[in-house]
Amino acid sequence: MSKYLIRRLIMILPVIIGVSLVVFFMVRAIPGDPAQALAGERADEETVAMIRARFGLDQPLPVQYWVFISNALQGDLGRSTRTRRPVAAEIAEMFPNTIKLATAAMAVAVVVGVSAGILSAVKKDTWVDNLSMFIALFGVSMPVFWLGLMLMLVFSVRLNWLPTAGMGTWAHFILPAITLGMSSAAIMARMTRSSMLEVLRQDYIRTARSKGLAEFRIVNKHALKNALIPVVTVLGLQFGTLLGGSVLTETVFAWPGIGRMMVESIMARDYPVVQGAVLTVSLTFIVMNLIVDVLYVYLDPAIKYD
Amino acid sequence: MWERIISRQTRDVWKRLFRRKSAVLGLAIIVGFLILAVLAPYLNLHSHIRGDFRMVLQAPQAGHWLGTDEMGRDLLSRMIWGSRISLTIGVISVIIGAAVGVPVGAISGYYGGKVDIIVQRFIDIMLAFPGILLAIILVSVLGVGLNNVMIAVGVVSIPKYARLVRGTVLQLKERDFVSAAKAIGRSDAAVVFRHIVPNCMGPILVQSTLLIASSILWAAGLSFLGLGAQPPTPEWGTILSRGRDYLMVAPHISTFPGIAIMLVVLGFNLLGDGLRDALDPLDPRT
Repeated sequence: MSKYLIRRLIMILPVIIGVSLVVFFMVRAIPGDPAQALAGERADEETVAMIRARFGLDQPLPVQYWVFISNALQGDLGRSTRTRRPVAAEIAEMFPNTIKLATAAMAVAVVVGVSAGILSAVKKDTWVDNLSMFIALFGVSMPVFWLGLMLMLVFSVRLNWLPTAGMGTWAHFILPAITLGMSSAAIMARMTRSSMLEVLRQDYIRTARSKGLAEFRIVNKHALKNALIPVVTVLGLQFGTLLGGSVLTETVFAWPGIGRMMVESIMARDYPVVQGAVLTVSLTFIVMNLIVDVLYVYLDPAIKYD
Repeated sequence: MWERIISRQTRDVWKRLFRRKSAVLGLAIIVGFLILAVLAPYLNLHSHIRGDFRMVLQAPQAGHWLGTDEMGRDLLSRMIWGSRISLTIGVISVIIGAAVGVPVGAISGYYGGKVDIIVQRFIDIMLAFPGILLAIILVSVLGVGLNNVMIAVGVVSIPKYARLVRGTVLQLKERDFVSAAKAIGRSDAAVVFRHIVPNCMGPILVQSTLLIASSILWAAGLSFLGLGAQPPTPEWGTILSRGRDYLMVAPHISTFPGIAIMLVVLGFNLLGDGLRDALDPLDPRT
């Protein structure tokens, strides 16, 4: 197991370097001069040149990349051109909010998705199955930002039950978590259903039934554990997707997370923040994928480490 | 003879597809939107660009069946014209993704070795970004606008095609028909693109149908963030985004474009699911 882990860690190194290269060069390809943006519209050429030299923007790109990556390894992602604060501090402030939202959305996805999937599989080809799978298809097809607006319209504007935007109490979590988690819930419902049906066809389930065990016990004690192995994989991958997908939900609900910060920074051409935020989310995504891979091997003894 | 076998197989796939009610429903939704998109200039609609300031933010009513927007423009006209844009975005971005992803995946799978390792590392890097995030950065680099949204969404789907085609090519390259093509002296390019890739068309078709659905969603999301189509273009995501400011007084402006996006995406998802089942002869339902 440890050999497998080391090999996987070595394998993700080139991906991490590749991601940092892509982020670095893409951000530099964004039209506009960052030195001019830092100095302000009316700054004279001398000031702009001074800023360019101070931030190393006059250096060749490979040198700039080396400086960027060495600083990033020490937790220094530069300074925001808007707030002048260190990017790392801004991310440290916003990223936990996104993680909290993604975790709440994941909870919604697991509770709704896995229960609907199990129910669908157990009641296969009945109206319960058809209805839950149809709702799941709607869940995958719905634009998250639209669902967010509609929930806001009904529960905040019309009924006045929940807050419209921001983050503070637990009530603030409900609508954004449902909005962000709905599409993952739909994916997990479909996944759980097909995995559960696969397991319910196995011989050991037939044996359990022939022994006269109650259906509830068969599903809960025998089938569920095995059926959830592929679901765990989807769960991990979905968490990474939720981090990326939070951009839209955070924008709708004015959630102070890294997604909204990123969109605002793109609009304001605050490149250091864009760079730091994209790097943070992508690295988290890579780590999540690694955890899923390892967990999958751990959960399913049929998969060999090599 | 081969033509006859292929046409029989195609007929069988169609038969299996039409046996699925959900796939037929999906196809009907898509065809419905397609007809609206094609007939938009001939439907004698209100102008989708010019507004009537006496009719600002009107709720649905006779003459304006879906109401009007903040400029007094007829929402139904804008939605129908918008269907042209959304369907075009979906199809063009998928074409971009397939045009690059299919050859890359095919070459990677066929040659294997170092070529495969290098290509796969590039694919790993692209997949290390959550899709929407990569699309957002690409649009920031390329500039805001509809064409760049299509390119960005297309680029995001490249690794998906490359992975899929590579996997299929790995399965096919050891088959007899490939050995036969090599034995009669066909070049590598001919073997890959004339013999192997046409045999990958089933999975590519399924993937493309499902990717049109997600491309439409992503493009609408980018427009919602202000990075896609710009007003007064009647793109559904843009209309929805503009309607957000009038959610309290005119919720219909945001409601209808969302329903349209959901329906068309649902259509492609249903059709994609149906195609996948119809193309899989091992599926018990077929």
